[in-house]
Amino acid sequence: MKILMITALLATSTAFAESKSSTLNTIKERKVLKCGVSSGLAGFSAPNSKGKWQGFDVDICRAIAAAVFGDPDKVQYTALSAQQRFVALQSGEIDVLSRNSTFTLTRDTSLGLNFAPVVYYDGQGFMVRKKDGVSKIADLNGASICTQQGTTTELNLADYFRTNNLKFKPVVFESNDEVHQSFVKGRCDAVTTDISGLAAQKSKLKNPDDYIILSEIISKEPLAPAVRHGDDVWFDVVKYSIYALMTAEEFGITSDNVDKFLKTKNPKIKRFLGITKGNGKALGLDEKWAYNIIKMVGNYHEIFERNVGKQSPLKLERGINALWKNGGLHYSPPFK
Amino acid sequence: MRFWNDRKNRAIIYQLLSLIAVMALGLFFYSNTKANLEKQNIATGFHFFNRVAGFEISESLIEYNSEDSYLRALKVGVLNTLKVSIIGNILAVILGVFIGVCRLSKNWPLAKLAQGYIETIRNIPLLLQLFFWYALFTEILPGVRQALNPMPGVYLSNRGVMLPSLEYNPVFFYMGVSVIFTIILGYFLKRYAKKVQDQSGKQFPHVLYTVLVLLFLPLLIWLVGGMPLEFNLPKLQGFNFSGGVSISPEFISLLLGLVLYTSAFIAEIVRSGIQSVKKGQEEAAKALGLKSYLVLTLVILPQALRVIIPPLTSQLLNLTKNSSLAVAIAYPDFVNIANTTMNQTGQAIELISLIILVYLSFSLLTSLFMNWFNKKMALVER
Repeated sequence: MKILMITALLATSTAFAESKSSTLNTIKERKVLKCGVSSGLAGFSAPNSKGKWQGFDVDICRAIAAAVFGDPDKVQYTALSAQQRFVALQSGEIDVLSRNSTFTLTRDTSLGLNFAPVVYYDGQGFMVRKKDGVSKIADLNGASICTQQGTTTELNLADYFRTNNLKFKPVVFESNDEVHQSFVKGRCDAVTTDISGLAAQKSKLKNPDDYIILSEIISKEPLAPAVRHGDDVWFDVVKYSIYALMTAEEFGITSDNVDKFLKTKNPKIKRFLGITKGNGKALGLDEKWAYNIIKMVGNYHEIFERNVGKQSPLKLERGINALWKNGGLHYSPPFK
Repeated sequence: MRFWNDRKNRAIIYQLLSLIAVMALGLFFYSNTKANLEKQNIATGFHFFNRVAGFEISESLIEYNSEDSYLRALKVGVLNTLKVSIIGNILAVILGVFIGVCRLSKNWPLAKLAQGYIETIRNIPLLLQLFFWYALFTEILPGVRQALNPMPGVYLSNRGVMLPSLEYNPVFFYMGVSVIFTIILGYFLKRYAKKVQDQSGKQFPHVLYTVLVLLFLPLLIWLVGGMPLEFNLPKLQGFNFSGGVSISPEFISLLLGLVLYTSAFIAEIVRSGIQSVKKGQEEAAKALGLKSYLVLTLVILPQALRVIIPPLTSQLLNLTKNSSLAVAIAYPDFVNIANTTMNQTGQAIELISLIILVYLSFSLLTSLFMNWFNKKMALVER
C-alpha cells in the first residue's frame, strides 16, 4: 500500500502539476469527496454493523461533503494506518485527511500539509490494569509500554520518561489492534495513546472495569484535519466547514431546529445560513452550504455527543472541547 | 558494407539506445519527483540523519538512547535485522538438513512425520505463523510476577526469557583467542594430514587432534586464570527483571517463525539434492569398503551439495527479506525503525530507497558468498 502510494507520488506527479489548479473543482467534477480516515477507532471512525462509516472524524468528512455537494453521503472513505496517512494525502489519493492526527510544527512544515482548525483537543495518557496498583505515571518506572508506530506518542513517551528520569521498554506495533491485544494479554503493563483513543479502546474491552485511564496527561494533542499545502481555496472550504459546526452551536442552531431559524431576523444568522447571500460565493460553494451542514450532519455539540460524548460508549466529557463561552477552547471567527 | 549493416555494430547501437532510454526515464522520474516535492513543500534529502531521533528502541546491540541521532537509530535497526537473519539462517539450515534427511529415512513414522511437518509449515503464510507464535508466547506464559522458574536464575514469562549472564573477566578474552588459534591450527593440521596420506598412505587423525585441542586449551587457560565464574542473576524489580540477559518474546517469536518456515523449504531442497545422486554411486562406494559415514561425507554429500546450493541460496535470501515482517510483532528490525523515522521526518522516498538499498546489499553479499561456496563445491572437470 505504502509502496503503491509512493509510486503514485512518483508517477502521477505530472498529472498532479496540472490538476493543482483547484482541488475544489476536481472534487466537484468527480462528484465525490475522498476522505482519509482511521482504519478503526471506535467513536472516531469505524464501520458500523451495516458497513457504513461512523464517528467523529467521519462526520467531519460528511460535513465537508454536505457543504460541497449538499449531500453528506457523497464521500469515499479510505481507511489509512498511521503510517500511510500523510503519504496518501501528499500523493493525492485523498482530498482531506480526517484521522485524529496531531497538529505539529514538523508535520505542518516538512510534510507539505496545512492543518484545518482543531476539531478535538486531546492529550496523551496511559491505560493500566487496576490490579497492578498504578495510580500515577511515576509508578510505571521500568514498565513495558505498548504503543502504535507512526504516531506522535513514541516521541512524547520517550521525552516524558527521560525528563522525569524514569525507565521503560517500548513495544511498538504497526497496527492498533495488535497494540491493544498485547496489552490485554499482559505483554505490556500500560498502553499509551491519546486519551480519546484510550477511551475508545476501553469501551471495546470485555471487562472495562478492570482497567483505568490515568488522569495525568503528558502532551498536547490538538487533533485536526489536514489538506495539501498550496491550495488555499480548498483549504478555506475545509476550514469554514469546520467553523460552521462551532458557529451553529454558538447560535444554538441544531439539525432539528435549523428550519425555524430560516425565518430569523438576526442578521448574523441570516448571513450564516445563506439567507443573506455572500459567504457561499466567497468560498465557491452554494449559498446554502452552512445550512446543509447543520441540517444534514448537525452542529459540533451534536457530533460530539453522539460519537464520543454522553450518548456514546466512550462517555467523554466536553472539557476543553467546549465552546469558548463555556470555558472551552473552540472559538470560530465571525461569519461575515 | 555500410556501418549499420554489420550485425555487431547494430547490436551496439540498439544497446546504446535502450540504455539511453532507461536512463532518460530514470532522470525523468527523478527530476519530476524532485520538482513536485519542492512544489508541495515536502522536505527532501538526507539531512535528517544527524537530527535527534527522540524515540526509544526496546532492544539494541549497541548503546542507544532517545537522544541519539536517526542515523544511530537506523544502525540499531540494521544490526537487529542482521542478528535475527544470521542466527535464523544458521538454525534454519541445521533444522532443514535434519528434517530433509528424516524425510528420506527408512523409518516410516519418522519419514511421515517429517513430511507432515514440511507440508503443514510451508503451506501456511509466514505472517500468520508469526502472529501464532507471538500470541502463543504472550498467551500461554504467565505474567512477569508469576514467572516460571525452571532452573535457578532462569525465568520464563510473557516478557521473555531471562537468563543469568557471565560477569566479564579478561580470562574469557584469552579463551576466545585460543579458540581462534585452534581453528588456524586445525587448518594446518588438515594440510599436513593430506600430505602424510599422499606420501605414505597413512591416515593422520587431524580432526581428533583439533577437537582435543579445542576442548582442552580453553579449559587449561580457564584453570590457570583462576577459574573465574561469576553470574549476574536476573532479579524481579518492580515491573520487570533487571540483571542477567533477557531475550524478548518478539525476538523469539520472529526467530521461531522464520526458522521453522524456511527449514521446511530447505528440507525439500536437501531431499531433492540427495535423491539426485544416483544409487550406483552409493553402491560403488560401499563396494569399495567405505564406512557408511564416509559414503555420506565423501561420496553422496559432495555431489548432492551441487544440486542443493543454488536453491538454498534463494532460501537464505528469503529468510533475510522475510525478517522485515518483524514490524507486525513489534520486533525493532530495520523496517520497523525506518517506518518510525519516516513518520517523524515525513521523508518517505528517502527512507524507502534506504530500505531497498539495505536489503539489496544484504542479499547481494549473501549471494556473493554462496556463489563463491558454489564454485568451490562445483564439479572440478579435468
